[in-house]
Amino acid sequence: MIKVTNLTKKFGSNVSLDNINCEFKKNESIALMGANGAGKTTLVRSIMGYYHPNSGEVLINGFNPIKNRLDVLDHISFVPQLPPPIKLSIHELMEYIEVSAKVDKELIKHYANEMKLDINANINKSFFKLSGGMKQKLLIAISLAKKSNIIIYDEPTANLDPKARDDFYRLLKQNEEDKVLLFVTHRLEEVRDLVNRQIYMDLGKIVSDERF
Amino acid sequence: MKNLLLIAYLDLKESIRAKWFVVYSLVFGGLIALFFIAGVTESQVMGFSGLSRLLLMYIQITIVILPIFILITTVRSISGDRDSHVLEYMLSFPISLKQYYWGKVIGRFITVFLPVFFAMVIAVVYGALKGAAIPWSIFFLYTGLLFAMSSAFLGIAFFISSFVKSSEVALGLSFFIWIFLLAFIDIALISLMMQERMSSGLIIFISLINPMEIFRVAAISLFDPQLTVMGPVAFYILDSMSQTVFVLVSIGYPLMLGLMFAFLGYKIFEKKDLV
Ligand SMILES: Nc1ncnc2c1ncn2[C@@H]1O[C@H](COP(=O)(O)OP(=O)(O)O)[C@@H](O)[C@H]1O
Ligand SMILES: [Mg+2]
Repeated sequence: MIKVTNLTKKFGSNVSLDNINCEFKKNESIALMGANGAGKTTLVRSIMGYYHPNSGEVLINGFNPIKNRLDVLDHISFVPQLPPPIKLSIHELMEYIEVSAKVDKELIKHYANEMKLDINANINKSFFKLSGGMKQKLLIAISLAKKSNIIIYDEPTANLDPKARDDFYRLLKQNEEDKVLLFVTHRLEEVRDLVNRQIYMDLGKIVSDERF
Repeated sequence: MKNLLLIAYLDLKESIRAKWFVVYSLVFGGLIALFFIAGVTESQVMGFSGLSRLLLMYIQITIVILPIFILITTVRSISGDRDSHVLEYMLSFPISLKQYYWGKVIGRFITVFLPVFFAMVIAVVYGALKGAAIPWSIFFLYTGLLFAMSSAFLGIAFFISSFVKSSEVALGLSFFIWIFLLAFIDIALISLMMQERMSSGLIIFISLINPMEIFRVAAISLFDPQLTVMGPVAFYILDSMSQTVFVLVSIGYPLMLGLMFAFLGYKIFEKKDLV
């Protein structure tokens, strides 16, 4: 479903992705690992079509994520590394997502509930006024409610307490069938049961790629 | 289309809650209130009377302060969202860049235009209640001018916001553009005129490229050209061009200018990395 070919991305003279080649297929759950600054986030953002590569290309179901944004993003759920300071209220944010991506609000509430986040109590609060963990929970609930066949998480558990992490992994386990799950993480032991492939990056290159 | 309106609507809601919007509305509403308290409508000076005089004063002050208001509140809209990674998340949903950008432009336009327009409407309604005659032609012309002015400076602001990196640079640029259009161009032209090397037609043409000058002249174009307040540029223009043509130019040109800058901003937005 995702095919990355000879992808290079530089910021100034800093080579963040150095001629990356990889392919992610249906039913693969990948733990993407590597030290800070290895290029994981840059790879994820290139897959999302946020970066214009210096060379090479990304194809998702055959589509270029920059030229065919809508076709590609229809199939992707994404949770970024840090929840951004969105000023919309929860209600408005859900409206944005319901209209733009046809995600059912009730389903978001359902998953939020499973993550022990009470949406109704915070519905008119600005998103950026929620606590770090609450933001993360909401973004995760949205990503699950979107029902995409590609799910990308960039270190989503940083702000979650152990209980919330367990809830999250349980929900993910129920939802990973027939999908690609790309999971940037530093804790392999936590996602061991969830993933069947492990990729290690360093200095913008893939240094190991194992399936199990 | 649905997404475009959605983004405009959400941006509008977000702006209305922001502190700058409260200040913005209070300034223009307060201006009108101040005029009434000061009894501007009752004074009879230099041939203007009643509401016309009030509207003229309102538009002349607005020409000066509206641009800087629009510039400083809008100049970081796109780049701010890029730096804070709001774009990264909001654009992870299937919304085209075109819908996102133009939705933001439309939302912002409504936010900046409506308060200045409503302040004028309130003035007219209140004046009418007090028995003043309503100068409709002036009211419609000024509505058009406010519309064109909002679009010109909003376009410039979005253009800047598509590429500028830091808030300091963005604010600096805003002030520079404002002062430049407000005063420097005039000063430069006056010194050129003193040297008498250029034809007056050329000088007038150059001064009319400046949207702020256009608004200044257009604001008084409906009044009697014999009035001394007019100044040489306005007199020359209104003498050499029919009033209707000039009014159309004074609304059409800034509108086009705004659209052109907004479009350039879009092109840059599309070409740049989103994070
Ligand atoms: N927008 C950017 N501008 C400049 N350099 C960047 C940018 N994004 C990432 N980098 C650089 O690219 C390298 C890889 O970063 P990143 O992909 O965020 O690493 P990781 O997610 O693996 O920690 C780092 O050296 C980082 O400094
Ligand atoms: Mg990262």
